[in-house]
Amino acid sequence: MSTPQTLAQKLIARAAGRTQVQVGEVVTCAVDLAMFHDSSGPRRLQPMLEELGATVWDTNKVVLVLDHYVPAQDSDAQQIVQRTREVARQWRLPHVIDSEGICHVVLPERGHLAPGMFCVGGDSHSPTGGAFGTYMFGIGATEMLGVCVTGQIWVQVPRTLCMHWTGRLSPGVSAKDMMLHMIGHFGMNGGQYQAVEFAGEAVRALSMPERMTLANMSAELGAQVGLIAADATTVAHLRQCGVSQARLEQALQWQGDEGAEQERHDFDASVLAPQVAAPHSPANTRAVTELGSVAPTIAYIGACTGAKLEDLRAAAQVLRGHKVAAGMQLLVAPASAREQAQAEREGVMQVLRDAGAQVLPNSCGACAGYGATFAEGDTVISSTARNFKGRMGPASVQVYLASPYTVAASALRGRISDPREVLA
Amino acid sequence: MTVSTDNMPIENPPIENARVWRLGADIDTDVLAPGAFMKHGLEVIGWHCLEAVRSDFASGVRAGDVIVAGPNFGIGSSREQAAGVLRHLGVAAVIAPSFSGLYFRNAFNLGLLLLTCERAAEVGEGERIAVRWRAGSDTPEVQRANGERLPCAPIPGFLMDMVQAGGLLPLLKQQRRRAHDGH
Repeated sequence: MSTPQTLAQKLIARAAGRTQVQVGEVVTCAVDLAMFHDSSGPRRLQPMLEELGATVWDTNKVVLVLDHYVPAQDSDAQQIVQRTREVARQWRLPHVIDSEGICHVVLPERGHLAPGMFCVGGDSHSPTGGAFGTYMFGIGATEMLGVCVTGQIWVQVPRTLCMHWTGRLSPGVSAKDMMLHMIGHFGMNGGQYQAVEFAGEAVRALSMPERMTLANMSAELGAQVGLIAADATTVAHLRQCGVSQARLEQALQWQGDEGAEQERHDFDASVLAPQVAAPHSPANTRAVTELGSVAPTIAYIGACTGAKLEDLRAAAQVLRGHKVAAGMQLLVAPASAREQAQAEREGVMQVLRDAGAQVLPNSCGACAGYGATFAEGDTVISSTARNFKGRMGPASVQVYLASPYTVAASALRGRISDPREVLA
Repeated sequence: MTVSTDNMPIENPPIENARVWRLGADIDTDVLAPGAFMKHGLEVIGWHCLEAVRSDFASGVRAGDVIVAGPNFGIGSSREQAAGVLRHLGVAAVIAPSFSGLYFRNAFNLGLLLLTCERAAEVGEGERIAVRWRAGSDTPEVQRANGERLPCAPIPGFLMDMVQAGGLLPLLKQQRRRAHDGH
């Protein structure tokens, strides 16, 4: 008997070679694409593959991105990067993106993702792919080894939690605020490793980079994936990214069935205030107005979550014609070289530099905490995804998470500030 | 190798008289495997495991000890070193009311046993516990020092296969050897 299927069920069913799947069953799926980076990838995979005497099942379906240890901060990092490049040559990987941006941003940028695909990534923010109607989730290096050897992976078919947003966001309020609000509401494991699907008028109105922010931080909700069904916005964006016409023609078919069983949660975008997550959890969220007494000394715009083209534009909108407050350090690490180039063409980067921004390389930077991080006692307002104790430097570092609008407004005023006041 | 006398499809690793390390809620991957040491191997990561929240752990933990934690253990990154480091330090199991889904997969892939136990909070620091398997089932129980048994969620056989083999890599090795031998 056929039952209406959610988008998540349909994506899994296709990858499992089934007409439909039931919530709770464990199925084996064929992987359309596996992405890994310089930390989770070759340095961990190669010794295990050698031990097994195995090779990568299909190098055409693998994308390697160097983003965590670049640019190398010391000789250990240099060795990791060198080894990653050597292995890429040895395996003859056709798709290597080296020091040109963060994996979750460059992967769709180069046309590797399309609605209907089933993908895995060696990084926890891999649910970013869900913005494109792709079933994509993060796995560890050993599980990636399993994928590399077999081309397959198991999943337990998840329930779907539908986050339904009506209304429209106010100027100066963004997808990051929606996400921080939901994480604060449900907690960091509130997604229970199920599928989240974002829907409603407010989601439809978002650009693709903004949708990527929602999908990306599904990781902080503890969901396996964060999906957004494809629409005309998705198709137009993917066409620009070079996705083939054949794939685009099928894109819109990937929708959940009417009447499919899901758990629905309703939110109103029109009343949402800018949100800030205080130390040391993304779930420690409150309205920006409650934190006006906090005076950060560093404002950081970076990461896959918070330094895409749209994020850079948001910061520039706030900072245009202004200088950051005295004693404030504004750091901007654009998420990819292509996005930065576009921001240069639009004059966005110049606005940020004129405001006093120091522009950093296109990599994970301080967000991952693998290289240069913040110093003892620093208070930081950051557009990144996580503010765990000790993640971005010593345990004494206080990191507040916010949207690029709020980070820019706070840089301007020298204390955590509501961007709606600055933009007004 | 001992032979199991009940109907268990698999043989589960014995956990007896294990000393408990109590941790709070929301233990994240970054305190288990701090980013600054991720360029190194498990030995170095092990020296710094949990130092931001429990500085006596890395030097005090002994093979066979168990961790009993609050909800949402393992939230955060996909870095499997956050699970691997506990195996490296000899931790026999982590017991908590809930785990990050990504951490859960990584732990079993590395042969680390996780027990989902709603009543984990009842177990105290330094207590000695055992893990019992109900005969013929895939359902473990935590047995406290006073004999009381706390039920845990069942663990599917294919995940226990990984724990028994020592992780996915040794399991794949066994499977490939068998395929090669023509079985």
